Amino acid sequence: MDQSTAQSETQHQSVTFPQGLALDCGRHLREVTVAYRSYGTLNAAKSNAILICHALTGDQYVAETNPETGRPGWWERVVGPGRPVDTSKYFVICANVLGGCMGSTGPRSPHEDDPRRPWGTDFPPVTIHDMVRAQKLLVEHLGIARLFAVVGGSMGGMQTLSWATQFPGMVFAAVPVAAAYYHSAQNIAFHEIGRQAIAADPFFYGGRYWAEGVTPERGLAVARMTAHITYVSEVALTRKFGRKLQDAAELSSLGDRFEVESYLQYQGSSFVRRFDANSYLTITRAMDLFDLAADYGGVLANAFKGTKTRFLLVSFSSDWLFPTAQSRTIARALNHVAANVSFVEVQSDKGHDAFLLEEPDFHRSLGGFLSGCAEHAGLK
Amino acid sequence: MSAPKKMRVDLALIAAMVAPGSRVLDIGCSEGTLIEHLFREKKCDARGLEIDMQTVTRAIGHGVPVMQGDADADLAAYPDGAFDYVILSRTLQAVEKPREVLAQMLRISTHAIVSFPNFGHWTLRLQLLLTGRMPMTANWSRMWYETPNIHPCTIRDFFALCDQDRYIVEEWLAADEEGARTPWRRSRALANLFGEQGLFLLRKA
Repeated sequence: MDQSTAQSETQHQSVTFPQGLALDCGRHLREVTVAYRSYGTLNAAKSNAILICHALTGDQYVAETNPETGRPGWWERVVGPGRPVDTSKYFVICANVLGGCMGSTGPRSPHEDDPRRPWGTDFPPVTIHDMVRAQKLLVEHLGIARLFAVVGGSMGGMQTLSWATQFPGMVFAAVPVAAAYYHSAQNIAFHEIGRQAIAADPFFYGGRYWAEGVTPERGLAVARMTAHITYVSEVALTRKFGRKLQDAAELSSLGDRFEVESYLQYQGSSFVRRFDANSYLTITRAMDLFDLAADYGGVLANAFKGTKTRFLLVSFSSDWLFPTAQSRTIARALNHVAANVSFVEVQSDKGHDAFLLEEPDFHRSLGGFLSGCAEHAGLK
Repeated sequence: MSAPKKMRVDLALIAAMVAPGSRVLDIGCSEGTLIEHLFREKKCDARGLEIDMQTVTRAIGHGVPVMQGDADADLAAYPDGAFDYVILSRTLQAVEKPREVLAQMLRISTHAIVSFPNFGHWTLRLQLLLTGRMPMTANWSRMWYETPNIHPCTIRDFFALCDQDRYIVEEWLAADEEGARTPWRRSRALANLFGEQGLFLLRKA
């Protein structure tokens, strides 16, 4: 089945920028398209805009039914009327990242030298900073000179940090959630397993699967399964599945399957229907390359020198992928430059995924922080 | 931010020591009542440090900028002179290294405002004298083996430390249990006997 054809049929709202984009790798994309969604109303002063940055496999459909999966928006708990990011007060924007596969320029977009075929593996490597520069084009296109806030979890938190350091004057408040200022060796290692699984799939064809009319579904599914384990905690997996068997009360033959196995397989198979393998390779690489301290001479505090942005850092106690120590180090670096920073570790046993789930303490903190900032920004 | 709540009397005394428009760090800020007051009434840029995570969540939920952390570990991260006032109210006796914390406070800030329960109060002295056991009062309400107040001191002890480390006491007063100012300002010895709390405004010499 040719998923890519089926997927590309969905029309995503987008803007194309003919000036293109200069990338960190030295290449220049001749033109760049940014697909996005917005919610709420931009006020006359254009001062109430909040940019939401999505995670590795997220997309721009943050607070509405996803047109490709038919499932609720990935952050409807957080973004919507009366929610912590209140769309009746704020104008909320979310863009598909550069390198993504939901309408923004990425490996599945037409190749700039030969528009009859997709970029595929020819797509240049992009960085988190590149993603943010593409978002900046969109924000400026919308006539917004300064974002009231940038909010994002996981890779979205990396983008939030990139925003606050590349364009501090454009960010009044920043909320990196379950974030990190560099991708650790362990994180890179897990990503590499995923990439190798994709590369090992016979349907990968060295990244030219699109030319063969196939997708490396097995490899992509294994990549997703591996990643999924890193998103949850041991406690959460035990609570959900323990050693329960799929179709039997007790282990009777060695062929019996555990529930956790079929759960992971479901996670994998539902993922391949919506995600492009080359996009997965591009975006995981962008995360691996992220190291904010290295960008500033090895001293993280230098990244924030002179910042006027108000920060809220949130971590989750059972998150071992982007652990609390990461957020605390960022908070201390912000203290080092006497920045205005709030920091809280939310007690949760749900692991990294907690930022997407029902976590009242997190939601209360985020909502309160934004209202406090709104008062300081003079927003009604 | 939520509607302003009524402030503890000792916090009102502290607030009165802070000049309008200053940069303030409140260590052990609890839910941030003082921070909110300083922002609303004095247009200060005030933030907090609080050790208890649940309390931090509530403070941030009220829109107050608070960071989870503690005086012993987290002050070192701030640059010299980052604040005009650093406040440590009713917490000095509970920190690991009070002398080091004071030094850090006066490194990162021009002024330090410190309040603490006075272990020299006559009720404590009398209890120790008569019963031979560690005194128990409203301020000192936990048994010696479980109290978080590991470094009790008297008002005179605190004066002595300020002399030793050459801090200038710009202002000081003794307060009663509720934090209301008490009249023993002219005599340290009387303040030490009758004041339930000491409140000090310090700066570096």
